Amino acid sequence: MQDAFTAAVERWPVEGTPANPRSWLISTGRFKAIDRLRKTRRESASPDPLSWEERGDHRPEPEDYDVVDDRLRLIFTCCHPALNPDAQVALTLREVCGLTTEQVAAAFLTTAPTLAQRIVRAKSKIRDARIPYEVPERPDLPERLASVLHVIYLVFNQGYFTRADLATEAIRLGRLLVELLPEPEAVGLLALMLLHDARRATRMNAAGTLIPLEEQDRSRWNGEQIKEGTELVERALTSRGFGPYTLQAAIAALHADATSSAATDWAQIVGLYDVLLRTDPSPVIELNRAAAVAMRDGPEHGLALIDAILARGELETYHLAHAARADLLRRLERRPESRRAYERALELAIEDPERRLIQRRLEEL
Amino acid sequence: MRYLCLIYEDEKWWEKATEADLQKGMADYNAFTASIKKAGKYIGGEALQPTKSATSVRVRNGKLSTTDGPYVETKEQLGGYYLINAKDLNDAVQVASRIPGAQHGTVEVRPIMEFNQP
Repeated sequence: MQDAFTAAVERWPVEGTPANPRSWLISTGRFKAIDRLRKTRRESASPDPLSWEERGDHRPEPEDYDVVDDRLRLIFTCCHPALNPDAQVALTLREVCGLTTEQVAAAFLTTAPTLAQRIVRAKSKIRDARIPYEVPERPDLPERLASVLHVIYLVFNQGYFTRADLATEAIRLGRLLVELLPEPEAVGLLALMLLHDARRATRMNAAGTLIPLEEQDRSRWNGEQIKEGTELVERALTSRGFGPYTLQAAIAALHADATSSAATDWAQIVGLYDVLLRTDPSPVIELNRAAAVAMRDGPEHGLALIDAILARGELETYHLAHAARADLLRRLERRPESRRAYERALELAIEDPERRLIQRRLEEL
Repeated sequence: MRYLCLIYEDEKWWEKATEADLQKGMADYNAFTASIKKAGKYIGGEALQPTKSATSVRVRNGKLSTTDGPYVETKEQLGGYYLINAKDLNDAVQVASRIPGAQHGTVEVRPIMEFNQP
């Protein structure tokens, strides 16, 4: 609150004492907190993702609790589930990360006026429905935290292929959340993002074609990020109450730990997918599990599982289901069927790096 | 701040309910109402008769038209409401989540428009 107090002393003689000094202080504190957050963000712009303690920065001291709390309140308000999901993302990037409306609009392939309108609507709802500016109470925390984690993961995924800046922004947000509220799933999500991001440099070639995991140059993976991510996974796994993000991070950690695709502990990965399916059943997880089973037991076993999933019709329009099926058919040397599956995948794929990989596969057949 | 909690439920659920279900449904609502009265959050609330008793009224160019049924046909129908006092939306959502109808239907929470008295 020190900063807000200084600002108050500086401004009150000019503007007169505000009608409600306490709320004025709180709101000034809020903006100072955001300023400080933005400053911290700029200072840590180097690829040196250290926490406060490690950087030797001051750890939040008692008088800073309000500021810490304020950052958290801001995040929970921007990610309130009563707001439109797109608006949650936009508000968080703008108010918490300090991106401009133009930057957010560009990241989400929309126009600045559309985005600005979405933000205005969200802010009206915060005011009119009286969405409080507060950290939720314990009973509400799981649902509310899930909403925050979802927003952060959306930002990360939006940056997965081409926008390293957004992925970095998501990791900063994740790191901030872990510092402020070290819940197991917040730790798990940060680990997941760090581990995925560690492979960024090797995920695409110069022509913008996706490089599959088994062909990536593992010596170029970011070892520091992998180390940090793996430690975070272990921390989350030993706490009670971890969930899907932690489990996915554990799978990513096993990949990161292996020297090659062949040397990967596929049995344990299948086991983790089994747990994941019990806690968070979804056909996409089933598909990933099928791909892991193919690596553990052979392509024909994975293929049988994928065919069964597709027969249920749920992933019929999901390009990765057809691409995974095509990969297994290719390994089984069933070329015409593989070709048809790749062609179907190509019809459905949207992201260019993925399309180029499918095209490469088709040419190789 | 005042919020209106509109309870949308599949009214067929009540039609199909057994005597025991009805007893339990009523008891749940009575208990909920008593709890928010005790907490000082209750302003008002009523259950509505089924939509087959509804009449829609419109006046166009001074001409009255009266038609049978609700304004829109939906899978879940407005079946009742509570008008509550809540600190903020989180508080209102807390109350709404304890309305028995939220277990199988949907509760829409709407802030009341407050007009400045002249």
